[in-house]
Amino acid sequence: MDAMLHITTLHYLVLGAALFLLGVIGVLTRRNVVIVLMSIELILNAVNLNLVAFSRYWQGIHGAGALHGQVFAIFVITDAAAEAAVGLGILIAFFRNKETVNVDEVNLLKW
Amino acid sequence: MFLSYIWLIPLFPAVGAALMFFFGRRLQKSTVSAVCVGSVVLAFLLACGAVWQYTQWAAANDHRPYEKILYTWLGTDTGHLNFLKSDGTQAPLQADAGFLLDPLSSIWLLFVTGVGMLIHIYSTGYMAHEGGYYRFFGYLNLFMFSMLTLILANNYVLMFVGWEGVGLCSYLLIGFYFHRKSATDAGNKAFIVNRIGDAGFLLGMFFIAWYMGSLRFIDVTAAARSGHFAIGDPIITAATLLLFVGACGKSAQIPLYVWLPDAMEGPTPVSALIHAATMVTAGVYMVARSNALFVLAPTSMKTVAIVGALTAIFAASIGLVQNDIKRVLAYSTVSQLGYMFLALGVGAFSAAVFHVFTHAFFKALLFLGAGAVIHSMSGEQDMRNMGDLAHRIPITYRTMLVATLAIAGIPPFAGFFSKDEILWQTWASEGGAYRILWYVGYATALMTAFYMFRLIYLTFFGKPRMSHEVEHHIHECPHSMALPLLVLAVCSLSAGWLSWPASLGGSARFERFLDPVFNKEAQVLVEEGKAKQLAAGEKEAEHTSPIEYGLMFLSVAAAGVGWFMARRAYANADKGYAEPIAVGAPAVYNVLLNKYYVDEGYDYVFTGRRKIGNVRLGALGLGEASSWFDTHVIDGVVNGAGWITRLTATFSSWWDKWIIDGIGVNGPAILARMLSYPARLFEWGLVQWYALVMTAGLVGFVFYYVYH
Repeated sequence: MDAMLHITTLHYLVLGAALFLLGVIGVLTRRNVVIVLMSIELILNAVNLNLVAFSRYWQGIHGAGALHGQVFAIFVITDAAAEAAVGLGILIAFFRNKETVNVDEVNLLKW
Repeated sequence: MFLSYIWLIPLFPAVGAALMFFFGRRLQKSTVSAVCVGSVVLAFLLACGAVWQYTQWAAANDHRPYEKILYTWLGTDTGHLNFLKSDGTQAPLQADAGFLLDPLSSIWLLFVTGVGMLIHIYSTGYMAHEGGYYRFFGYLNLFMFSMLTLILANNYVLMFVGWEGVGLCSYLLIGFYFHRKSATDAGNKAFIVNRIGDAGFLLGMFFIAWYMGSLRFIDVTAAARSGHFAIGDPIITAATLLLFVGACGKSAQIPLYVWLPDAMEGPTPVSALIHAATMVTAGVYMVARSNALFVLAPTSMKTVAIVGALTAIFAASIGLVQNDIKRVLAYSTVSQLGYMFLALGVGAFSAAVFHVFTHAFFKALLFLGAGAVIHSMSGEQDMRNMGDLAHRIPITYRTMLVATLAIAGIPPFAGFFSKDEILWQTWASEGGAYRILWYVGYATALMTAFYMFRLIYLTFFGKPRMSHEVEHHIHECPHSMALPLLVLAVCSLSAGWLSWPASLGGSARFERFLDPVFNKEAQVLVEEGKAKQLAAGEKEAEHTSPIEYGLMFLSVAAAGVGWFMARRAYANADKGYAEPIAVGAPAVYNVLLNKYYVDEGYDYVFTGRRKIGNVRLGALGLGEASSWFDTHVIDGVVNGAGWITRLTATFSSWWDKWIIDGIGVNGPAILARMLSYPARLFEWGLVQWYALVMTAGLVGFVFYYVYH
């Protein structure tokens, strides 16, 4: 084995888990909605990383044609873009009504 | 050619009436007179021609009645309008616009058109200065039309149309001076009292239709004479009694006579035409027309005779003391009509018709004479304010004297023959208790002579009792009024000669003429041996006996005695003269003067205008009782129902609000809200809190699955 560490699927998974954890913490703790949205992007990208990693792993077993995971990641990116657009739209409407972008100053989502 | 045009006879006056109705207001008085008098003259001429031709036709046709049917007026020939007869079969309801000419209707036709024509002529003079000239003549022509329809009808239904028509005209003409309340009241009284009689007529008609299946006179008479129905048949008795109720109303018999004296509120020619000569004899006509039925119902015959006799003496006794010249004549009319019904009731139909005939002349003459007196006295009707008019208005006096001699029954004037015939037939019809009818009739004859000569003496003799102003204006009536008086005077003298009795060497042509109408009954009754009453015709032949001469002498004596008594009492009457009855028996005088208090009695019992103590009876009483019943019982029930509804509604509303809504509907909701409250506490709306819980849950699941 080379001195250089061989990067395996496990590494990608650990990195993805870390990114995911960062995203979750961001979503749960940050008050600014923009930061929360950015954190959601982090979570989604953590998922993408996992998908691509497993896709690579899958190619090793079934040949280069097994690209399902990568295709799925592209879907998720598209989804993320749409989600960001809608989220920012809601944010602007929200700001116009409440003059704030802080999540904890709003408690409409009940009952 | 006249015979087939008899339907024109009523049509002439109808056209006259229609012209007055539509254009009368715009016509000159002379035009009105020409049209209205002309129409009646034409009717009279046509009637004369038709009757003359009928006598020739009848001689060749077995004395059958002549029937002319124009068209079927009610119902159809095919019998779509069927009704159930008493024997269970179907019979078509049918009435024709048909006309019947037989000896009976011929006589009525002649004197109605004849007297009607004279009274029309008289009216042109009498009404010359009155308002509503065209209205008066329009009504008179309408009356002639109705009366002729009544007479010429060939069935009961059409007769009833005429019957109602004359009732209407009577009402209109009694209330002619409609600005006088007493006149309109009298009109209403006549109309309402006649309605009672008409109801009886209608019911009688229904009975006849139900029992005989037809309302045509020829059919009904044929059925009655067929021998199919027993004498004393209860349905026929009921039918005839009901018909007689109708006759009582129209012909002013007890108890429905009360309207006739009040009818004198109308103009005097109307009193003469309608309420003396023609209309009031319609009841006699109807009974005579139904003679075949009446003969089958001895009970009805007896009722007719008794009512007639009672009415005769009752009205005559009231007439003894009345002071209004027209009222004396009105009661005289009621009394004479009573005679006619007495004759009908004892089966002397032709004697009754004969009396109607003669009575039409002398009573019309008396009324027209009274009208001439009133005319000359500037409207004064009270005989206490008259006197000594004989030489001032000689034509009126002489003609009225003729009429008085006629009605009193002094030979050879007309009334002697007819009244004597009635009295003789009454005597001859039945013995025993029924002979009392003759005594009643005889007493009435005495009273008649008394009150009629009382009228003559108070009006034309004694001292003048009127004011100077009135005295100054006294004048003889114009020619148009004098001419009818003279013609009627001639008739009053000679009409009786038509039936010169066999016992006095005559041939009784009048009776012979009527025989085809009435003869059969005599045979039926003789064959049945039930009623001797109608054997009178034969009896007369056998009995040209001393009794008849005796009775004749007695009735003339009665007339003489009445005349003598009136002369003694009133011949020299001065202002404040004494009434012999008032002197002799003040109580009786008061009762008679107040007409036996019958109007008051009717007010107590039937109209309810007077109270007995605190109780009101009669129509108004019924109204009051109904009103009380309505306010207290009906409204009480209504209000009670409303109160109960409100109570239950209140309870229902309370139940709905508190029990249904409260417990049933809101209860579960409240319960759900209470139970759900802890769950709500979780949801405080912060999105990050939700995300945290979700994450914690996820982490929890993951740990659970990994380490389980």
